[in-house]
Amino acid sequence: MNRIERVNDFVIRFANVNGSGSASANNLFARAIFRAGVPVSPKNIFPSNIQGLPTWYEVRVCQRGFLGRRGGVDFAVAVNGQTLFKDYHDLLPGGYFLYDSSKDLPETFERDDVSVIGIPLTLLCNQEFANPKLRQLLKNIIYVGSLAHLLDIDFTILTDSINKQFARKPKLAEPNIKALELGYDYAKTHYPDTCGLRVEKTDKLGDDILMDGNSAVGLGAIYGGATVAGWYPITPSTSVVEAFEKYANKFRIEEESGRKKVAILQAEDELAALGIVIGASWNGARAFTATSGPGISLMSEFLGLAYFAEIPAVLVDVQRAGPSTGMPTRTQQSDVLSCAYASHGDTKNILLFPCDPKECFDLTADALDLAERLQTPVIIMSDLDLGMNDHVSAPLHWDDNRRYDRGKTLSGEELEALKEQWGRYKDVDGDGICYRTYPGVHPTKGAYFTRGTSHNEYSAYTEETSIYKANLERLLVKWDTARTLVPSPRTKIRDEDNGVGLVFYGTTTHAAYEAIARFNERGIRLNSMRIRAFPFQEEVIEFINAHEKIFVIEQNRDGQLRTMLMNENAISPRKLQSILNFDGLPITADFITEKIEYLLDIVPETATSSRGDAS
Amino acid sequence: MSFQVPSFRHPRQAKNDAGYTRRDYEGAPSTLCAGCGHDSATNAIIQACFELGIEPHRVAKMSGIGCSSKTPAYFLNKSHGFNSVHGRMPSIATGANMANRDLLYIGISGDGDTASIGMGQFAHALRRNLNLNYICMNNGCYGLTKGQDSATADKGSAGKKGTPNPYASIDLCELAIELGASYVARGFSGDKKQLVPLIKGAFAHSGLAFIDVISPCVTFNNTATSTKSYEYVREHIEATNTFDFIPLQQEILTDYPEGTTQEVTMHDGSKIHLHKVENTEDVTNRLKAVNRLESEKEKGRLLTGLLYVNQDIQETHDIINTTLRPLNTLQEADLCPGNDVLQKINEGLR
Repeated sequence: MNRIERVNDFVIRFANVNGSGSASANNLFARAIFRAGVPVSPKNIFPSNIQGLPTWYEVRVCQRGFLGRRGGVDFAVAVNGQTLFKDYHDLLPGGYFLYDSSKDLPETFERDDVSVIGIPLTLLCNQEFANPKLRQLLKNIIYVGSLAHLLDIDFTILTDSINKQFARKPKLAEPNIKALELGYDYAKTHYPDTCGLRVEKTDKLGDDILMDGNSAVGLGAIYGGATVAGWYPITPSTSVVEAFEKYANKFRIEEESGRKKVAILQAEDELAALGIVIGASWNGARAFTATSGPGISLMSEFLGLAYFAEIPAVLVDVQRAGPSTGMPTRTQQSDVLSCAYASHGDTKNILLFPCDPKECFDLTADALDLAERLQTPVIIMSDLDLGMNDHVSAPLHWDDNRRYDRGKTLSGEELEALKEQWGRYKDVDGDGICYRTYPGVHPTKGAYFTRGTSHNEYSAYTEETSIYKANLERLLVKWDTARTLVPSPRTKIRDEDNGVGLVFYGTTTHAAYEAIARFNERGIRLNSMRIRAFPFQEEVIEFINAHEKIFVIEQNRDGQLRTMLMNENAISPRKLQSILNFDGLPITADFITEKIEYLLDIVPETATSSRGDAS
Repeated sequence: MSFQVPSFRHPRQAKNDAGYTRRDYEGAPSTLCAGCGHDSATNAIIQACFELGIEPHRVAKMSGIGCSSKTPAYFLNKSHGFNSVHGRMPSIATGANMANRDLLYIGISGDGDTASIGMGQFAHALRRNLNLNYICMNNGCYGLTKGQDSATADKGSAGKKGTPNPYASIDLCELAIELGASYVARGFSGDKKQLVPLIKGAFAHSGLAFIDVISPCVTFNNTATSTKSYEYVREHIEATNTFDFIPLQQEILTDYPEGTTQEVTMHDGSKIHLHKVENTEDVTNRLKAVNRLESEKEKGRLLTGLLYVNQDIQETHDIINTTLRPLNTLQEADLCPGNDVLQKINEGLR
């Protein structure tokens, strides 16, 4: 048997029962890799359930810094009897299978190309720990200790992590460290040289952080000056507002009074959540909400109101697998069309596509500026993979000189000084954006009646055809202005003569860059463009025009961004080909590579070299 | 409906304590049907605001969709207004209130807007005790869409369409008390004398003040067979009690014989003196309030007046403990923790 032997380059997948406390042990493992300085991508694949069903935690360790899923599993830690067989058979040839040998493996487990590592987790745990509650949690810590030996992870990184985690309750640190030692000693005694995978300390990560996207969004909203949040719980966006609230409790408390400089209301449904945001924004406070697909459907009516009445609204959509209730705990990028064209009538909304926690932070703060500058909804298109998993990211930074862009508003003094009559929907600068006023601004000037009905320049109801038409057309002028303000794409031309270009966005980015690197090594240099916003800028159209073939890589069934590219820029369907992953798991580099090979009629690379052995 | 409203006003038109004339509280000419109850209700709002000396620009008027939701355009044209979407005025009002706790919020809705599509938001604005003056102009039908029954139409009542309503009706006042409301009143657009003090009391109340204003629809639901017609209402009306509203600034000038009044002190210090018809009445007692409503219903009477008031309750901002400074006045110094803090956060993520 050729066992897999690699340093800082493997995929390890933990199979647990959900609700059993495995998350903390698996997290401890992932953080240890991170603290060893090695780029790591942990992905939580959990069921829509509280307790008792299978859950997987797939950790990609990658020296070269590819942060997407690769495809395939090199090492399985199989601690869930329900999925033991599946976990065994999913392993790549030459892989490693760690299981709880307190119970024998069934005879059907007969592969001769897999190294089996039995650690009697239950027996070891019960011998050492009497408390049944502790047992459940510590059993998983034991296998982390075993992995420390098997993968050559510096043990002190683990003990330091434990001590840091339990800094306020040091009594809990002790049993955890004991559990680690138990696992470590057993593995060392029984499997001294079994595992060919190793972790070596590097400084590849520099001062990178490990953070989940939802927390980054919540923090971005704090820094971006949001003071009101209306929200409704839904997987996977709940933790956005929970993070916002946690940071607010730390950073938005008035010193003298102990009162809060923030209003966070859990609404009765998603409609009310967005209503709260719109009411607050209308009245001069920065506000946002977070939801997922089903919430977008519910919020569509209010999105139309915000679009037509031109009220800022920031909305975070942490997308999950649809349609309808779909798979609440699986990832997808399938709300793109719903969000871009949310609501009946002719509407268009600004979309932002972050790809990592740093962009989650930055783009949320930017969204609050953009929404007020453009007086319209701005939807941040995150997804479950980005929002709920930990990602390696460049550290966050804030320019202390930055001032919030409150957009075009008139103060009492400015109203007093105006020579001509002010109208809420009068385009005075030609950019399609009009001046608004906040309630209470002036005793006799500036009041107007906001409405979702057709309105003239003074916000009075009108059915006059020319006025109605002119108003709608002005919104297109505003859309063109938006084009100049939203984040531009990240374009990389690696070979000017190559007529093939890749287009992708959001979390697809990481696996796409890895696929590109693989083709690069084979002498095929592909050009790429990572789209970061809608509306699409000139640069997007130029890139597409400059290539003969464009592959649009995304995570939905119907090629939604491709549809929008054709729709908005009159691009021929024949020019844009889709590479689509919509199985609910984050897209892998293997998948993208295979699809490109197929589309370009390239002979596939052999199994071993496609996983970077050649590097 | 008036096509032209004369702009002439008496040169010595009275000014209130804030220096405004009644004209300053008016709005655009109404486009509602001639004789519409909503126009009278609107007038009562104007009267209450004028007499209290409220500064118009310190008011925000919110509404949903429907004939009644059009009325904010017909009063307080110096106030910002927001005509939102059907049934969703409370959430917009909630957000607006969160942004600036210091304005006076008037939320206008109708029975269709509130008791059907708006039922959820109605209940939760009450539950949170949002500091909002919620006025429902109740005519038992959907006027703007040509006369369908609403959920407050009484069983057996027949409007212009002629078919009796087969379903049970929703009593918004009783429901409001049930849901935890702290100021509940019912008025009638045809009785401004009763309605104006009810509105003043609502303004003084800190929390959600709900007023159900029976406001007949002359076009679609004013038939002899309708229980929301002018005729029917006048014949079946009952009042809890009359009351005087005494704003904080004013002295109490009337002497009340002992035992005939109940005094309620509002959050802003103003007082309501209720003239008790029977000694056993107590509108601060929730159980008695509901029982009174039910017993009048049994007699086929429509109970109006101040139905229930409870001053022992906190409004939303107090519940969530927000700063006394309106959130929309806070700037970067208050809101942004700065880069040093961010670098510490980065440290914690390594």
